[in-house]
Amino acid sequence: MISGRLERSALSGVLVREAVNFSSFWRSTTFSSTVQPTIYLVAFGFGFGSIVSSINGYDYVDFVATGTVATGVLFASVFPAMFGTFVKYQFQRTYDAILAAPVDVEELVSAETLWIAARAGVYGSVPILVGIIFGLDPRWGMLTIPFIAFIAGLGWGACGIFIASRVKSIDGFSYVSSAVLTPLFLVAGTFFPLTQLPQWAQVLAQFNPLYHCVQLVRDASFGWAGWADVGHLAVLIGFAVLFWRLAIVFLQRRLID
Amino acid sequence: MSDGLAIRLRGVVKRYGPITAVDGLDLDVPEGTCVGLLGPNGAGKTTTMKMLTAQAIADEGELTVLGHQLPGDSKAARAECGVVPQLDNLDITLTVEQNLLVFAHLYRIGRADRRGAIEWALDLANLRDRRDTRVDKLSGGMRRRLLIARALVHRPRLILLDEPTVGLDPQVRQELWALIDGLRSEGTSILMSTHYIEEAQRLADNVTIMSHGKAVAVGPPAALVAEHAGREAVEVYGPPARLAEIEAEARASGARTRRTGTSVSIIGNGHGLDGERRPANLEDVFVLLTGEEIE
Repeated sequence: MISGRLERSALSGVLVREAVNFSSFWRSTTFSSTVQPTIYLVAFGFGFGSIVSSINGYDYVDFVATGTVATGVLFASVFPAMFGTFVKYQFQRTYDAILAAPVDVEELVSAETLWIAARAGVYGSVPILVGIIFGLDPRWGMLTIPFIAFIAGLGWGACGIFIASRVKSIDGFSYVSSAVLTPLFLVAGTFFPLTQLPQWAQVLAQFNPLYHCVQLVRDASFGWAGWADVGHLAVLIGFAVLFWRLAIVFLQRRLID
Repeated sequence: MSDGLAIRLRGVVKRYGPITAVDGLDLDVPEGTCVGLLGPNGAGKTTTMKMLTAQAIADEGELTVLGHQLPGDSKAARAECGVVPQLDNLDITLTVEQNLLVFAHLYRIGRADRRGAIEWALDLANLRDRRDTRVDKLSGGMRRRLLIARALVHRPRLILLDEPTVGLDPQVRQELWALIDGLRSEGTSILMSTHYIEEAQRLADNVTIMSHGKAVAVGPPAALVAEHAGREAVEVYGPPARLAEIEAEARASGARTRRTGTSVSIIGNGHGLDGERRPANLEDVFVLLTGEEIE
């Protein structure tokens, strides 16, 4: 039943399950979540960096380090959410067991989203640390980056659960990741500024939550931009709320006959 | 509960598109008893089980579990129920103890009681010396015991067992029967779906025989057998042609028959036929009532 009421003990039960499971595979996750953005940073930062020394007045390495936070968030949230959700309801039947306990679908989705967002908050911040090692100047504003990554992780986590609730088989994910996620990933201002793109693409990018995450992280790192940043944050929150509700409705359809 | 029923279903209907999986089912599980839900695959047993935890929502009818009206109050009911699913859904990369810990949280056991509950469940499943073993390293029988212990960690008043011994070898099955029988003798209410006749006959105080989503007979196993199949059956062995003759003869004289593998069983009194006499059983009742073989 969708009641709009979330019980703390139900949420914590699902979170404990995730935490206990995580304790058995955190090494591999931490490894991949750290190495992946580092490779992007090194490859683009030093590859392109040798041709392009600065963009919009920033060192190219700094530009990419801040942009890669959004990449880290995406890899730590939407993909684990998609595959994890699908595996847990289709193959391992974990959700059958959880829903037989006093936990509703709404609480299940909320807790899973919170968990993924917490991971995205931590792993999404790794590129900034790597960037600092490579010469990015630390600023107080950067302390908000884990929070920004968390909010973006809520949206992408819920989005991944929503996608998993809609695909017919696990192969469906390859359509989503190539047709939807890859363009969003590339047209987010991570590796090159969107001002290089035609007007229509710049307008479309405004609907890309990843773009708003990138902007917010850059402003946190290089200097806040006032209302524009409030706008970016609002988009990320709206994105999270929308997909949180959608994920609940569609996973409910999938799990409750 | 005023009516003394752990489960009460009245006129429950569940449709999946054009298929009616459960078709006007009435079912009672009196508190402290074990009720067997008996039927072949596709009779609606698993759907009935899913409705009791609101993982399927009935289209019609009334469902009450431990005094809670479903589906509205299902969460309160689920908190007091333990569910053993047909398909093993343990977390296989976790240890035995971690699996129990997770469910101690999901079933809201307070911090002070958690450790004790886990130890109790480990004892119950006889897995104390396996507490640190990962589930994917356990034998099939151990996994099933853990699955049952996981459902019991919060000491539920009602247990729902969906085909608890399916796919296990006979010795493990007997072990689990002893475990389930022990729970019943402690006063836990049990609803158990099964398609093993012997399981129902041994464990259930009452049996509901289901066919095509309906209850076709209800009562204690012995009473059902006496009422529908009499005391004895005669089993006649022979080549297929001979068996067909015997069937025809027996039917002509008004007796009821069923094929039991390489033999024909003539149910009721043997009608003077030469064969092996055996006590009538629930399977005879089932076949007589539904015209279906059960396994």
